[in-house]
Amino acid sequence: MTDIAAASLEIGQVVAEAEFTLSRDSLVRYAGASGDFNAIHYRDDAAQSVGLPGVLAHGMLTMGLAVQPVLDWVGDPGRVLDYQVRFTRPVPVDTADGARVIIVAKVGALDVDTARIDLTVTVDGATVLGKAQVRVSVA
Amino acid sequence: MTVNPQLVGRVFPPTEPYLVGREKLREFARAVFATSPLSLDVAAARAAGYSDLVALPTFAVVVQELTLRQLLSEPDSGIDFSRVVHGDQRFTFTRPIVAGDELTATLTVASIKSLGGHSMVTAESSIVGADGGHVVTATSTLVVRGDE
Repeated sequence: MTDIAAASLEIGQVVAEAEFTLSRDSLVRYAGASGDFNAIHYRDDAAQSVGLPGVLAHGMLTMGLAVQPVLDWVGDPGRVLDYQVRFTRPVPVDTADGARVIIVAKVGALDVDTARIDLTVTVDGATVLGKAQVRVSVA
Repeated sequence: MTVNPQLVGRVFPPTEPYLVGREKLREFARAVFATSPLSLDVAAARAAGYSDLVALPTFAVVVQELTLRQLLSEPDSGIDFSRVVHGDQRFTFTRPIVAGDELTATLTVASIKSLGGHSMVTAESSIVGADGGHVVTATSTLVVRGDE
């Protein structure tokens, strides 16, 4: 793994970008892996019974997905010191088309040996996570 | 039904130790579209200095969830689960979780705030290893919607 030198980074620099398509299958897979079996994440009738238009992605799936480009960039999931998000908008997952999640990761702040990476996460042009920040250790 | 303000500061009993399995970490990694070899390939993780596979950062929620269940089933909590929405989430690490860890989590209700008829309950779950050393703190804010 190559170490990333803090000195080589600049505030505002885009360090990683990624795009993922979530399908209903992705939600079932995440339900099993995480143990979150809330039916609003795989049954339209359950979602509609609580006033939602249809099945939504687990917020924690969106959070888990959004950090992937940063992990690939730093090369080691163990370099994450802190990761936080605010769930600002639900992510509906269409039966046929799924949901396309677009992630842009920029340097938000720099310290001697850490970098704060700010994530912009959008679906259909709307931001779905607020204050999405990952603090990682850099060389 | 309103959230019991006396919950603030309440500390729940530590959960039963959770043994982090290698295949569970792989399953979780695939579910969040991870491609990092350190989370999928034991040889790669060992070459990087870890004893076994490295968990994805949000895997900690699996252990945290055991504590949130304690909170939501507390008889006097006043929290109606059907009105709960996940507001925000944070993980603060001392070290990453690795396969083979035996983790124990202890939840503390850090704060309860009212905002426009809703209650915001912030729960901090401190997760430690078998040696008692801190691994990660998982913090959730649960928004409990008020009566319409």
